[in-house]
Amino acid sequence: MQTFFQQVINGLSLGSIYALLALGYTMVYGIIKLINFAHGDIYMLGAFWGYYVINVWHFNFIAALLSAMVICGLSGVIIEYFAYRPLRHSPRITALITAIGVSFFLENGMAYLFGSNARDFPQIVKQVNYNIGGVRISNIQIQILATACILMLLLQLIIRYTKMGRAMRAVSVDNDAAQLVGINPNLTISFTFALGSALAGAAGVMIGLYYNSIDPLMGMTPGIKAFVAAVVGGIGSVPGASLGGFLIGLLETLVQSVGLSAYKDAVVYVVLIVILLILPTGIFGKNVKEKV
Amino acid sequence: MEKKAFKKIMSFGTAMVVAGMLAGCSTAKSASKGNPAGKTIKIGVNMELSGAAAGYGNSQKQGIQLAVDKINKAGGINVNGKKEKVTLVIRDNKTSTSTAASVAAQLVNKDKVNAIVGPATTNAGTAQIPNITKGAVPSVSPSATDPDYTLQKNGKVQDYVFRACYQNNFQGSTAAKFAYTNLKAKRVAVLADNSSDYGTGLAKAFKKSYKGKIVASQYFQEGDKDYNAILTSFKNKKIDAIYVPGYYSEIGLIVKQARQAGINVPIIGSDGMADPKLAQIAGSENASNIYYTTPFSTRVANQKNTAKKFMEDYKARYGEEAPTFSALAYDSVNMIKQAIETEKSADSVKIAEGLAKIKNFDGVTGHITVDSKHNANKPIVVETLTNGKVSAAKEIK
Repeated sequence: MQTFFQQVINGLSLGSIYALLALGYTMVYGIIKLINFAHGDIYMLGAFWGYYVINVWHFNFIAALLSAMVICGLSGVIIEYFAYRPLRHSPRITALITAIGVSFFLENGMAYLFGSNARDFPQIVKQVNYNIGGVRISNIQIQILATACILMLLLQLIIRYTKMGRAMRAVSVDNDAAQLVGINPNLTISFTFALGSALAGAAGVMIGLYYNSIDPLMGMTPGIKAFVAAVVGGIGSVPGASLGGFLIGLLETLVQSVGLSAYKDAVVYVVLIVILLILPTGIFGKNVKEKV
Repeated sequence: MEKKAFKKIMSFGTAMVVAGMLAGCSTAKSASKGNPAGKTIKIGVNMELSGAAAGYGNSQKQGIQLAVDKINKAGGINVNGKKEKVTLVIRDNKTSTSTAASVAAQLVNKDKVNAIVGPATTNAGTAQIPNITKGAVPSVSPSATDPDYTLQKNGKVQDYVFRACYQNNFQGSTAAKFAYTNLKAKRVAVLADNSSDYGTGLAKAFKKSYKGKIVASQYFQEGDKDYNAILTSFKNKKIDAIYVPGYYSEIGLIVKQARQAGINVPIIGSDGMADPKLAQIAGSENASNIYYTTPFSTRVANQKNTAKKFMEDYKARYGEEAPTFSALAYDSVNMIKQAIETEKSADSVKIAEGLAKIKNFDGVTGHITVDSKHNANKPIVVETLTNGKVSAAKEIK
C-alpha cells in the first residue's frame, strides 16, 4: 500500500508537468486549430532561461519562475507573429509543418549556441523529504503540484472572467463573428500564445529544479506526451488538458511500477491510438461550447 | 600545379606497380584500392556533433583536435623518415545512421582521407562500414562498444573496422564479477539504457556472467528524466546493488532520484558515466557509493606519464577535466599514428594493416593491444565515487 501511494505521488508530480504543457497545446488548438509542435521547445527555453538568471543574476525561485513565464510568453508571441500569422489563411497542414520546423529550429539553434551537453540546474531550493506514513514526498514535489494547480486555476479564471478570456472563447467559437462584434482576432491569438507559452516556461523552470538536468532536446518527448494528454482530455478543452496530463503521468508511472518500463512510451502512444479510434473527441471533447 | 600533381600520381603509380611486381600479386591488388597518401596525412572525422549523442561527440572532437595539434606541433607523423603533417576533415553525422553512411562516403570518395576516427556510437559506426570497406579506408571508433561491431555477419573480422574502447562483454562481465565478489551483492536490479546498443549490450553481458540473483530488470530511454516509478518498484525487492549501464546524463538523474527515494545501495555502472558531469547532475551529496568500470581513471592517470601529460594538456586547452570520451578519441588518433609509423606508409590499406598489428601501445587509456577481432585490449579499472569525488580506483585483472 505504501508503494502504491508512493507511485501515486510520483505519477501526480510527473502528471502536473504534462498537464501544464498540455494546456498550451489545447488553447492554441482551440483558437486557431493548429497543433503547435514547437510548444515542447518553449518549455526548454523556459528551463534555459531559469538556468541563466539563477546562475548569472542570482534570482530566487519565484523570480526565476515569473521571469521565465514572461520570456516564454514573449517568445510564444514572436513565434506566432513570424511563423504562424503569415500562414493564417493557408491550409492547415502548412502551418503544422511550419510548427515542426520551428521546433527543429529552436532545438538545434539552442544546441548550436549553448552546446548539446546536459547541464545541471542550480539547486536554489534545498530538497527536504517528508515522510508521511512511509510515503516520501519532497518539498519540490509539493511545490510543483501546488504551482501547477495555482496556474491552472488562474488560467481558468482568466478565461472565464476577463474580457480577454471572453474574446478568446469568442474567437475559438467563430472567428468571423468575433470580428464583427469588435474583437481583434490577431491580438487575441497573440494573447493565447503568450498564455500557453508562459505555462510552458513555468513547467520548464520547475522541471529544471526537480530533475536538475536540462538540455536542448529536453522538450521533445514531454512535448509529444503532453500532446497525447491534450488529445486524451479532448483537444480544445482546458479542464480536459489538465485531467489528461495527470492521467498520462499516472499511466506512465503505473506501467513502470509493474516492471514494463521498456514499454512506457509505447503504452502512452497506444492510448493515443485507442482514444482516436473510440473517443476521437477525448474525454471532455463533447463540451463544444466550452472550447477555448 | 595540376601537372605537378599529375606527375606525382604517375610516379607514385609507377612505384606501386614496381612494388607490386616485386612483391607479387597480392600487394598489387591491395595497392589498387584505398586512398594513397597525399601531401599531408588526411584524417577524416565522422562524428555525432549534433543530435542526441552530440555531448559525447563534441568531447571526442576536442580529444581528436588536441591529438592532431600535438602531432603537428612536433612536426607531424614520421612516414618512412619523412615528417608529414596531419590535416583533419571534420564532418557531422547528426547522430543519424543514414547521415553517418553518407558522411563516410564523402570522407572516403571526395575528401580522400587516409583514415577515419569515429563515429562515437555503435549504430552510426555500423552504418558507415559498407562505405569504408568499399573504399578500403580504416576507421577507429573511440566508443563503439557492441561486441559484434568489428565482426561481419559470418563472424569474420571486418578488415577496416577498429575501436579504441572495450567491447561490452568484457566490461559487463567485469562489473558482474566486481558486484558479486568485491561488493558481495547477492541480489541486483538492472536498469539499462534501452535506446543504445551500449546499454542493452552491457545489460546482457552483465546478466550472463553475474552469479547472484537478478531480482528486477527494467529499461529507460535516452533523455528520460523521471525514474521515481522504477526506483520505487525496486525499493521493496531487498536489493544489494543496482547495475545501470548507460550514459552520465541519465545515470546522474538515477543516482539523484535513488538517493532521494532512500535507496542507498551501491550503484554500479560503466564507462559511459565516467564524467565529472555525473556528480554535478546527481549532486555531490548524493554521489556516494557509486562504482563504475572504466579504461581511463583520472586517479590512476596521475601516476602514469602519458596520461598525466594528456590531462594537463587538456586542462590547459579546454579548462576542464578530460572526460573519458576525449581520452579515447585522443588514443584513436594516436593509434592511427602508430600504425602509419610501423607500416612506414600513410596509404589507407597500409594503415589498416598497421592498426591490426598494434601491440602494447602506450595510450592515455592504458596499454592497448589490438586482438584478432580488432578489439582494443587494455586493463580495466573500477572507480569509486564518494561525495562526487573519485575516492578509489582499483585495477581488476
